[in-house]
Amino acid sequence: MNDFIAARSQMALSLGFHIVFSCIGMVMPFFMAVAHYYWLRTNNVVYRNVTKAWSQGVAIFFATGAVSGTVLSFELGLLWPTFMKHAGPIFGMPFSLEGTAFFIEAIALGFFLYGWNRFNRWFHWFTGVVVGISGLVSGILVVAANAWMNSPAGFDYVNGQYINIDPIKAMFNDAWFSQALHMSVAAFVATGFAVAGIHALMILKGKNILFHTKAFKIAAIFATVAAVLQPLTGDISAKDVAQRQPAKLAAMEAHFNTEKSAGLIIGGIPDVKNQKVDYAIKIPGALSFLAHGDFNAEVKGLDSIPPSEHPPVAITHYAFQIMVGLGMTMVLIALLYFIALVRKKSWRESRWLLKLFVLATPMGFLAVEAGWTVTEVGRQPWIIKGVMKTADAVTPMPGIVYSFYLFTAVYLSLALVVTFMLYRQIRMVDKLYDIPADTELPKH
Amino acid sequence: MLYVVIAYLWGAILLYLLLGGADFGAGIIELFTTRKNKDRTRKTMYRAIGPIWEANHMWLIIAIVILFVGFPAIYTTMSVYLHIPLTIMLLGIIARGTAFAFRHYDAVVDDMQVIYNRIFMYASCITPLFLGIIAGSAVSGSIDVEATNFADAYIFSWLHWFSVAVGLFTVSICGFLAAVYLIGETDNETDRKRFIAKTKSTNIAAVLSGALVFIAAKVQGIPLTSWIFGNWVGTVAIAGATLSLILLWYLLYRGKTRVLRLLAGFQVTMILLTTTFRHYPKIVLLKGNRYLSLVEDKGHDATISSLGWALLLGSLFILPALFYLIYSFQKKKSNVEAAHN
Repeated sequence: MNDFIAARSQMALSLGFHIVFSCIGMVMPFFMAVAHYYWLRTNNVVYRNVTKAWSQGVAIFFATGAVSGTVLSFELGLLWPTFMKHAGPIFGMPFSLEGTAFFIEAIALGFFLYGWNRFNRWFHWFTGVVVGISGLVSGILVVAANAWMNSPAGFDYVNGQYINIDPIKAMFNDAWFSQALHMSVAAFVATGFAVAGIHALMILKGKNILFHTKAFKIAAIFATVAAVLQPLTGDISAKDVAQRQPAKLAAMEAHFNTEKSAGLIIGGIPDVKNQKVDYAIKIPGALSFLAHGDFNAEVKGLDSIPPSEHPPVAITHYAFQIMVGLGMTMVLIALLYFIALVRKKSWRESRWLLKLFVLATPMGFLAVEAGWTVTEVGRQPWIIKGVMKTADAVTPMPGIVYSFYLFTAVYLSLALVVTFMLYRQIRMVDKLYDIPADTELPKH
Repeated sequence: MLYVVIAYLWGAILLYLLLGGADFGAGIIELFTTRKNKDRTRKTMYRAIGPIWEANHMWLIIAIVILFVGFPAIYTTMSVYLHIPLTIMLLGIIARGTAFAFRHYDAVVDDMQVIYNRIFMYASCITPLFLGIIAGSAVSGSIDVEATNFADAYIFSWLHWFSVAVGLFTVSICGFLAAVYLIGETDNETDRKRFIAKTKSTNIAAVLSGALVFIAAKVQGIPLTSWIFGNWVGTVAIAGATLSLILLWYLLYRGKTRVLRLLAGFQVTMILLTTTFRHYPKIVLLKGNRYLSLVEDKGHDATISSLGWALLLGSLFILPALFYLIYSFQKKKSNVEAAHN
């Protein structure tokens, strides 16, 4: 492994780690707000317990997300100094706003976690909602910064100089909306399925059924609504990528040759050398339709792009297939759940539906990781598309390999500890929250 | 607008030093507490910093964002040549932040707590040590942008007597801030006396390590004395800090916790003022009389102006909320624990 690959791997690892925690940190507050709302409205103590149990989890995830985010703000410079030197002043606007949003999130979280019985109950509830909103805004801003790397805007690049800088234009680049929308919905899908899956498992195990059923329902409804919306936001993203980054789209689809009425390739093993895809299912004209809304439209293939600017095809293609496959599976589960809610009362208690949710627990997050792989690997070899190559941005310091090993060890052990804590958290539901359902605590 | 941005940068560094520093200090104090008192120190600490704990560390993020948006050359030069201490500091931040959350929110209380505590305490020392080393390296002229071998470029840029002395000084300052702060957070006389004793010992440590900084500067030929006493601001600030120190010792037993806190905060502010004023707007001194300056190495005007507006706008949201948070939890401290359980 050379230093350049090590730097890329360390960045991928750090981002891949941080994404999970930031998704949970920005979505869980909304779940809590719903449970909290029911507690305040109905005075049903189960809802209060769900809120509290979740908030314990959120505190752990938030703290981990906060430090991994801090690390990222340094890693940008530690690993990619040349990039930051030029890009910092251009795409920094969302980061400076994100600082505020994140700060508000931390303050609101302080109010929320320590505010039980101390404030007006609705003010306390409101602080929880603020945690969610500011988290969501942070997420959108960070994605807007990433979108700039895909769709550079707000400057002119003349003779190696970056001039006429406009940070606002850079923030509202062409890709920010589609990327931020797709990512925000993805956060809801991923967190929703993960949380619903865990609670479904506990219901199947017959533990604290009432507690877990209420929790499951809140998470499952968020997850399934988001899952059904996600293909639509994905379509917006795909059309956008087709316009701005034909190379990325071609890699996603392993689409080697420019053609009209291009077919959509599902699965398969890309053979880059011979410019073909083996064992794939091909739907005629579908790629043209999905990319440009017209079955006869021309879709640019990798042949229209100089080979030195090709992204790695296999990784991008597989990652894209995984993301779409998982996404579609979740749409299916979502539809079954809707049928269960609306029509089939008998399904609601059924074990097979719960088992499906248990199976789907990691799916959302796997899809998020796969999706980011598509975005990032699909942009290669560029760090700023069309302007700066990733290889030219890396730090001159040798020995990054060791830094990569070190961070891998740290993140692996952190992931283990967090999983371990989550496991203990769930096991303790018995002891902490096992109050007969019909007991009502006095209002505070 | 440049001056607004510089003021925010300075303010964020100061607040991180004061609030984040007191936070690190709490871990340092815990490390230097006898075993039988550790639990009580920990309880006082939760009560004191629990709700604002996350917020205290945001100042670092604000400072770093200001640097990489507004002053990219400064950010990247430091990132390249101080890669190693920055990485160690980051590992400290990760270890400390997660250990604090884990020990607080782990649903089961068992032997794991011992591990979390140990990680928390050691990381609380290592992180400010390396923050100090980074700060010391930035002003000591040891970063050699022309170095051709690994050791000169990436090791001796930060590893020398002066930076290590500044690191130790930072650690003692953090401990001192925490001890002073915790005096006012206790609910009984015994703990109060313990923290008063800690205030004294950390203060002595700070004075001694401060002396060490001057000695190290002398050894390395850094004209620290003339930097500080060569201008009236530095002289007045140091004189003020020294006088307030005497006042602080005098007041230690007279129970005015708020005054004590203000004095401790004042001293640290004066130290930061002295060290930054002399070279302003130069912020990083490099080898061979090169330097990085907040005025000469700033980003483009459009960037600085939008950054300034973002910061001003941000403060409109952040400051009132933060004050209300601190105010509400200062009002009825005793309830925090009850509410948390």
